[in-house]
Amino acid sequence: MVDITINGKQMTVPRGITILKAAKMAGIDIPTLCYHPDQFVKANCRVCIVEVEGDKSLPSSCSHEVRDGMVIHTNSRRVLEARKVILELLLANHDADCLTCHRNLNCELQKIANQAGVRVNRFENVLEKLPVDFSSPSIVRNSNKCVKCGRCVDICREVQGLNIVEKIGRSGDIEVMPTFGKYLSDVACVGCGQCSTVCPVAAIYEKEEIEEVWEAINDPEKHVIVQTAPAVRVSIGEEFGMEPGSVATGQLVSSLRRLGFDKVFDTDFTADLTIIEEGNELLKRMKTGGVLPMLTSCSPGWINFIEQYYPDLLPHVSSCKSPQQMFGALAKTYYAEKAGIAPENIFCVSIMPCTAKKFEAGRSEMRVDGQHRDVDAVLTTRELGRMLKQAGIDFTQLEDEEYDDPFGITTGAAVIFGASGGVMEAALRTVYEVVTGKPLLRLNFHTIRGLGGIKEAEVDLDGTIVKVAVAHSLSNAREMMERIRAGKAEYQFIEVMCCPGGCIGGGGQPYHTTDDIRMKRIVSTYQVDEELPLRKSHENPAVKRLYSEYLVEPLGEKSHHLLHTHYVNRKK
Amino acid sequence: MKTKSELTKSILTARCGKIDPASIDDYIKAGGYKALKKALKMTQMDIVEEVRASKLRGRGGAGFPSGAKMEAVLNTEETPKYLVCNADEGEPGNFKDKYLMENDPYQLIEGMTIAAYAMGMVKGFIYIRGEYNRPIDLVSMALKKAGEKGFIGKNILGSDFSFDVEVRSGAGAYICGEEFALIESLEGKAGRPRNKPPYPTISGIYNKPTLINNVETFSNLPYILNEGAEKFAAVGTESSTGTRLVSLSGNVNNKGVFEVPFGVSVREIIDVLGEGVSGGREIKMVQIGGASGPCLPDSMLDIHMDYDVFARNSLSMGAGAVIVIDERFDVLEIVRQIMKFFKHESCGKCTPCREGNRQLLRILYKFISFTATRQDLALLESLCSVMVQTSFCGLGQAAPTALLSTLKYFREEYTSRIVEEMNA
Repeated sequence: MVDITINGKQMTVPRGITILKAAKMAGIDIPTLCYHPDQFVKANCRVCIVEVEGDKSLPSSCSHEVRDGMVIHTNSRRVLEARKVILELLLANHDADCLTCHRNLNCELQKIANQAGVRVNRFENVLEKLPVDFSSPSIVRNSNKCVKCGRCVDICREVQGLNIVEKIGRSGDIEVMPTFGKYLSDVACVGCGQCSTVCPVAAIYEKEEIEEVWEAINDPEKHVIVQTAPAVRVSIGEEFGMEPGSVATGQLVSSLRRLGFDKVFDTDFTADLTIIEEGNELLKRMKTGGVLPMLTSCSPGWINFIEQYYPDLLPHVSSCKSPQQMFGALAKTYYAEKAGIAPENIFCVSIMPCTAKKFEAGRSEMRVDGQHRDVDAVLTTRELGRMLKQAGIDFTQLEDEEYDDPFGITTGAAVIFGASGGVMEAALRTVYEVVTGKPLLRLNFHTIRGLGGIKEAEVDLDGTIVKVAVAHSLSNAREMMERIRAGKAEYQFIEVMCCPGGCIGGGGQPYHTTDDIRMKRIVSTYQVDEELPLRKSHENPAVKRLYSEYLVEPLGEKSHHLLHTHYVNRKK
Repeated sequence: MKTKSELTKSILTARCGKIDPASIDDYIKAGGYKALKKALKMTQMDIVEEVRASKLRGRGGAGFPSGAKMEAVLNTEETPKYLVCNADEGEPGNFKDKYLMENDPYQLIEGMTIAAYAMGMVKGFIYIRGEYNRPIDLVSMALKKAGEKGFIGKNILGSDFSFDVEVRSGAGAYICGEEFALIESLEGKAGRPRNKPPYPTISGIYNKPTLINNVETFSNLPYILNEGAEKFAAVGTESSTGTRLVSLSGNVNNKGVFEVPFGVSVREIIDVLGEGVSGGREIKMVQIGGASGPCLPDSMLDIHMDYDVFARNSLSMGAGAVIVIDERFDVLEIVRQIMKFFKHESCGKCTPCREGNRQLLRILYKFISFTATRQDLALLESLCSVMVQTSFCGLGQAAPTALLSTLKYFREEYTSRIVEEMNA
């Protein structure tokens, strides 16, 4: 422990912590910009500078550790002036059209500039405007907003292992962009949007589809239905100041009704359906000597990864569409028939924790009639938050409501799709019972839960030991693919999720996501699972009805047409 | 007035111009490799002690005691340890490392080998400025010849000490002279500085303990080992022992590299070694150290080349450049050229340096064009001070040095161009 003084307050703090952390313990929030709790300390922005008595320079508090006897001032005249100058410098090279910006009122730069009392910029604006990159269907990159903090570079390299964006050039010419200044569509970006969740400003954000959704809702010809992904219920509350991990399923449903959606459905339904199809596919592969290990296919960022980086391993990927696309296919067929509405008049929206879903929904493979999109628009959790704010809906005050039939009944198995390991756990619950005919006594597979990089489990199917593994984030996915290539992945089934922690940590989730917040969303996810009466996909009565009324059997003719897809080598 | 020979002292440059720099036999005949042979019979700690006793300080600019740095690396348990020679010499106005490499490359290699032996290193790098074609060729060839003679490589001179050196060079960025940016560049990455601490002595190249020194610093080691610390320390002054290589340029009659004992004055260097200002003109100012150094007025030129004297005046000698600017030149125009350099060479990592340099330049334009206001002067001073106090690395911290020194010593050049003052 060391003794320090911060703004006159004497305190004893652990040795080795940063001045920033020590100040937090003293109840002082030093403004930061490039700092992110889950990332390497970059100390680029110099916003978090403090004065240390006896020190001629003003050290950055994010990178400097406390020393015994240190006397720190976080708001001295020197600090305040320096911080103001630094913020003015940043703003002088920034497209500060705050009123029309995606991040208006939700921008870290705006917040700290206001906090520092920047009222006039003494520097001339030096911004040389560059074209905004709209080439990706998932994310938009606007260099004119970039503050060169490097958070996106860090997450793309360290978490996803991709290096899509990098700091190019030097001095005032520095830009954060794909190598050689290419457009996102020209490089092997997977559209996961992790960069957009850590961007403090609107330099990288999801391609917004709110206007299209409003237009459909207000079109009297259109029957507008919406599906909500498992991971949205545990995160949407954060958009309205609720505690991370708050479960807001009922309010999510009522908020969507207030927006004007004709029917509110749950992607969880098709998550259960995925388990039936994927589980049967696994059993078929195991029985018939098919390609193993089989890889899950729910995560479009992951599909983009394997199609672009490991196309040789595509035969390992389950042919099942993702729950979003199974839903879209059924909406435009089964549901259209049942409700007596022409498919072209159905506008199908999904609320996803994900930016890669926007790409997936636009794929040519995802059109059951070969022409029209099955899913017409994809909104991220953040976009839904903005849309509700546009509509003036006070989310926190809403009463709980129930999902509509026929895609409203859900199981705990479907809910846990939102967390890394959840698809695998759901599959094991069903595969065990289908194969052995015996009830599974212990439903919880703890070894494949949580934020560990690569997780494993074994299950005994009446003498046949099935080994499974779970990987999340693409650096772990890459390691798993290398193991498969080397013949060292002795598993039958592997779940891969593109984003850290799975969909609860998706690229479309609320800003300020950290590992702590991911854990809270995970805990809530499993809590919802525990509390549901049905916790196994094959027990979902609506799914059973779907098979008896329409699909006939898993992996059957109809399933093949509606619920399964194929993949393309898109190596760049 | 002292004579040239009274003002100079040949320690590092004793062989320069007298031997064929490409010939290892010439080097050996002129006393080369005696120091290494001696060193191999000494203990590691004895060598470090000898360097410490010599009070040698780093010649790159910071002037850190070399013995203490070596001891820090020696005492680090982590292995392997690396040796790096900073031969980037990107600071405008400096060309003395080039001179040493072109005239006595073996002396540098011998110095590095002694240092490597003293700290138990098997691998070293010489990072030579990309534009230095001749030094790159000469040093590479010298390494090859030294290897053939057993002075470098496996089991040096029959001992169980092995040490290899690789020549590397960057793409010419000024920032790569900063020790961590240089290390990043050596690792194959873009040259940008790292957080300190940890310092390279603890975690340098490949996050291993690394001793990184300037060419001139390493080149001093053979002399110290041969002649002893006491004899070395007798040269120069109490706080600054040995000699300093001065790169003298600008408006003087005799430009070049001169080896002077510490303690000589800047004026002596200009008047005697430089043979005075060209055309007999008056001096406007002299920039010390290079582009990142202060510009001193004529009245301050009696200052002695001495680390402590400079520090007492809040100045730095940098790498020893002396750039003479005569009366014909406009102070602000010179400062503008210097700031253009920093605007171009900032690596762009941190806000104050990336955005600050170009804003300094913009404000400077206002003074140059007689459109500045009193607020501009206040902003100029505030921005300089913020850059000095908050920039991530030495580049941004030192970029405003020349500007600040002219604000101090040539303030009228600025105030006379302020609109309100002109109209007053």
